[in-house]
Amino acid sequence: MIPAEFKYLFPSSVDEAVRMLAEEGEDAKVIAGGQSLVPVLRMRLAAPTALIDIGGLTELTGVRDDGDSLLIGAMTTHYEVQRDHLVHDHALLLKLVTDTIADPQIRHRGTFGGSLCHADPAGDLLAPALALDAVMIIAGPGGRREVPASEFFVDYFTTALAPDEILLDVRVPKHTGWSAHYEKLNRVAQAWSIVAVAAAVQVRDGAISAARVGLTNVGSGPVRAVDVEAALVGQEPSASVISEAALRASTGDGYKDNLARVLTGRALTAAVAG
Amino acid sequence: MTATAEPEVGKARLRKEDARLITGQTRWTDNLQLTGMLHMAVLRSPVAHARITNIDVSRATSMPGVAVVLTGEDLAAEQGSLPCAWPITEDMKSPPAPALAVDQVNFAGEAVALVIADSAYHAADALEAIDVDYEDLPVVLDLEVALRDNDLVHPDLGTNKSATWIFDSAEAGAGTDVEAEIAAAEVVIERTFRQQRLIPAFMEPRSVVVDSSAGMFTVWSATQIPHILRWMLSAVTGISESKLRVIAPDVGGGFGGKLQVTPEELLCLLVARRMGRPVKWTETRTESMLSAHHGRDQLQKITLAARRDGTVTGLKVELLADMGAYLRLVTPGVPILGAFMFNSIYKFAAYRFVCTNVFTNKVPTDAYRGAGRPEATFAIERMMDELAVELDIEPMKIREKNWIKHEEFPFTTVAGLTYDSGNYEAATARAMELFGYDDMREEQARRRADGSTVQLGIGISTYTEMCGLAPSRVLGALRYGAGGWETASIRMLPTGKVEVITGTSPHGQGHETVWSQIVADRLGVPFEDIEVLHGDTATSHKGMDSYGSRSLAVGGTALVQAADKVLAKARTLAAHMMECDEADVEFASGSFSVRGTSTVRALGDVVLAAHVAHDLPEGMEPGMDADATFDPDNFSYPHGTHLCATEVDTETGMVKIVRYVAVDDVGTVVNPLIVDGQVHGGLAQGIAQALYEEATHDEMGTLTSATFADYLVPSAADLPAFLTDRTTTPATSNPLGAKGVGEAGTIASTPAVVNSVLDAVRHLGVRDIEMPMSPERVWTALQGRPDEGAGEVAAGGLGSIDAQGGQS
Repeated sequence: MIPAEFKYLFPSSVDEAVRMLAEEGEDAKVIAGGQSLVPVLRMRLAAPTALIDIGGLTELTGVRDDGDSLLIGAMTTHYEVQRDHLVHDHALLLKLVTDTIADPQIRHRGTFGGSLCHADPAGDLLAPALALDAVMIIAGPGGRREVPASEFFVDYFTTALAPDEILLDVRVPKHTGWSAHYEKLNRVAQAWSIVAVAAAVQVRDGAISAARVGLTNVGSGPVRAVDVEAALVGQEPSASVISEAALRASTGDGYKDNLARVLTGRALTAAVAG
Repeated sequence: MTATAEPEVGKARLRKEDARLITGQTRWTDNLQLTGMLHMAVLRSPVAHARITNIDVSRATSMPGVAVVLTGEDLAAEQGSLPCAWPITEDMKSPPAPALAVDQVNFAGEAVALVIADSAYHAADALEAIDVDYEDLPVVLDLEVALRDNDLVHPDLGTNKSATWIFDSAEAGAGTDVEAEIAAAEVVIERTFRQQRLIPAFMEPRSVVVDSSAGMFTVWSATQIPHILRWMLSAVTGISESKLRVIAPDVGGGFGGKLQVTPEELLCLLVARRMGRPVKWTETRTESMLSAHHGRDQLQKITLAARRDGTVTGLKVELLADMGAYLRLVTPGVPILGAFMFNSIYKFAAYRFVCTNVFTNKVPTDAYRGAGRPEATFAIERMMDELAVELDIEPMKIREKNWIKHEEFPFTTVAGLTYDSGNYEAATARAMELFGYDDMREEQARRRADGSTVQLGIGISTYTEMCGLAPSRVLGALRYGAGGWETASIRMLPTGKVEVITGTSPHGQGHETVWSQIVADRLGVPFEDIEVLHGDTATSHKGMDSYGSRSLAVGGTALVQAADKVLAKARTLAAHMMECDEADVEFASGSFSVRGTSTVRALGDVVLAAHVAHDLPEGMEPGMDADATFDPDNFSYPHGTHLCATEVDTETGMVKIVRYVAVDDVGTVVNPLIVDGQVHGGLAQGIAQALYEEATHDEMGTLTSATFADYLVPSAADLPAFLTDRTTTPATSNPLGAKGVGEAGTIASTPAVVNSVLDAVRHLGVRDIEMPMSPERVWTALQGRPDEGAGEVAAGGLGSIDAQGGQS
């Protein structure tokens, strides 16, 4: 690996990291696990003047119970998310999605927050973050602010994060007792999704009381399939209800539109069965 | 010495190479660090076809650590032209192939300038400071467009056609006239298939180190062909061959991709000569994909004539083969290797093969696992299925009707080769049994009747290949520039240990293990006492290296001959030592004895006696070493039957292999574990061509599949558990009975998978799907629309930054 030259900084606190970002200017980059940034550096597709390695900020790792929500530290690795019992119990969809990310070696390096900040529309974590109404907790020179996922993902590889801000935690409302499924179509195990669908469903008294559906890699960012969700609520979780609702995942006739509908149907079918 | 307890040949030994490879104890070329070593980085053309109007190196030259920046102009007087060793016709057109472009670039990725610096980092940084002005030329990418000669890759040649090579069975006296057969045929089927461009994708990137100290040039290279490389580097540079030593240390894969004399090998040598200091170059993965030779890339027009009972009477093959921008070492010959294999295991009355080699503004093509033979096997196995569909005959039955029966061997084919041995019935019967062929057909019928969204397909591929490259006389007749023999030496050391020197050059095959097994049996010495030396022209002074499934059949035979020479001399000395007639000496389990007595001399004692030379028979030289060189009379012909069941998800187009059976006849097996490994790896590569891999370009000729994010190499997670078995009819062309196994899996599997997918969806109106059969292509075919070409779907990750190829 022969990247362009950069300054390497290793802050010991969030405040120091934020200060460094401000000092180094727009060409500085935060590096978390390096899952996406390292390949980009290796190919010299990007040449940041400084890398601020937040690997030492242990306060950004781990999953905490915060009442109605979970707080997932931005530096929590995919491996840790996969095995966290709070995530399993209250945000099962996130665990199931994370199980499909890359391979075990990468899941030990890549981080939850890093994936969200990279904002690759083919990245697996964007759709479930959107579907589960996650909220990004961000630190910057002006203090802390919170941005909902619906406003965080702006465009291809672009988020609401300002150049001098750092993602600290992600607040994920508890979806305790919801069933979930991630239906992913990729050509080989290590390839990105062509399309994937993240679905979570709450069934009460034999009817769907709430549903969350997010689509991966159908546009410049994650897409919330609100029409699908709306068509499910109050209905019995039957095959016909699901197939009818899934038709609303897309209106086009191209390959990806077809996949959005087919995979939405499959994700919902698996979710209600699970 | 102790006798070996059981025969080594046939034993599934773990590889003796693996400990050092797995634990990182070996030294790859890139691990070498020499005092004062410089590092070379290569600036590559971002455009596919352009005149270089100016190169400004002034900024780069003054960058930190930079020793010198060199352009093609700087090296023009000494770099010569990279060699092409296979001028297939007398009038073949071959443009000069400078290692470093001088005034024109002809493919994106071609080397344009070099930075030589004190570290790889400084060299890479300075690359970005070189300013090159390009004046665009029209880009020629498509084979059929190139044939029109409107725009020329090499204007000086006046055409994009390099050569046309023809075999005609009537002209050769090997069969009847194909046009007459077509005219008289009850059924004529014509199809066009595209062999997409592939990238060999060896795991260890190419790496070269050249040291010019001590009055010698020592070249370390991650190559398959140290001996050929030494010869060719000497021929191009004029450096005396005796002053060149080439070392291929442990090499991490090649698949034909390292069967090359590369621009960078030559450039490192020229730079080391110029600077008087050692130089290293190691490529990045993307650099490898942009500049190391590619494979396949043919358009195949196939015409098959048959009777309504399924008997094939004639086969006409018209190929366009993409050479890329230059003719590298064996570029023009690769499609010609296929010429003898389109008739495969079948008895056709007439056969005609016409191949036109065409230049385009793409990376040169050259050998890639199978080299010509996978293309041939694909075409004929697809055609046998097309004929079966046309005549409504069971596809295995139609093959059986046409193939050579086991009692007909040796059999001279319509392409003029003599197949020495084989039993297609036996391999097929075993494959069908393992596969559960009839049950699988029933399941398929059930799903068709149900209208299931997941349809089942069954694909057949029977194959043979010509291996053991090659009889030197045949190579000469084909105008190839070298011979096809192989050499081996055995040195019996005074302590009883054995050194084996081979002219083959393993790069992952496990020759150290297999060669040790052969010698252990032959000489009765323990496996552990044998050391195999290879890949260094100073120790193995001659050899033809490793490719074309040749090493065991040819190199292994040389080894057997060397062992027999050792034994012959040892027998004479043993008789002298035991004071008996040589005719009464018996050899078994590593010891000589006198028939009918208890007098015994272990081979080790005889070797020591030869070494100390205190009491040798009159005229016997001291020592117990032997050299042997073997030139085969014939190729060897592995064959087999592969069966593949796929599930095709008609809603998504996704293909899943649910069962894969490979029954191969590779002749006598020395190490079943290694053979299984070769078959598994070969299957993975052949399946990859069917489903995953494709080198793609944009309309400007930029490679859009230049990372492993875009060029999809499958992993174990994407492949099924393979059911493998073997039948054995030993080769008669070598004493080991070995036929070769390096390429079999790759050759057989691609058509098995494609036939299977088409079998799953043919009843839904699909006639063909181009490779690789991506989910989008399969789905599009199922919509009843012509394939609009997959790969254009916007994708994420690295793929969406710089390329789209392979993501759909």
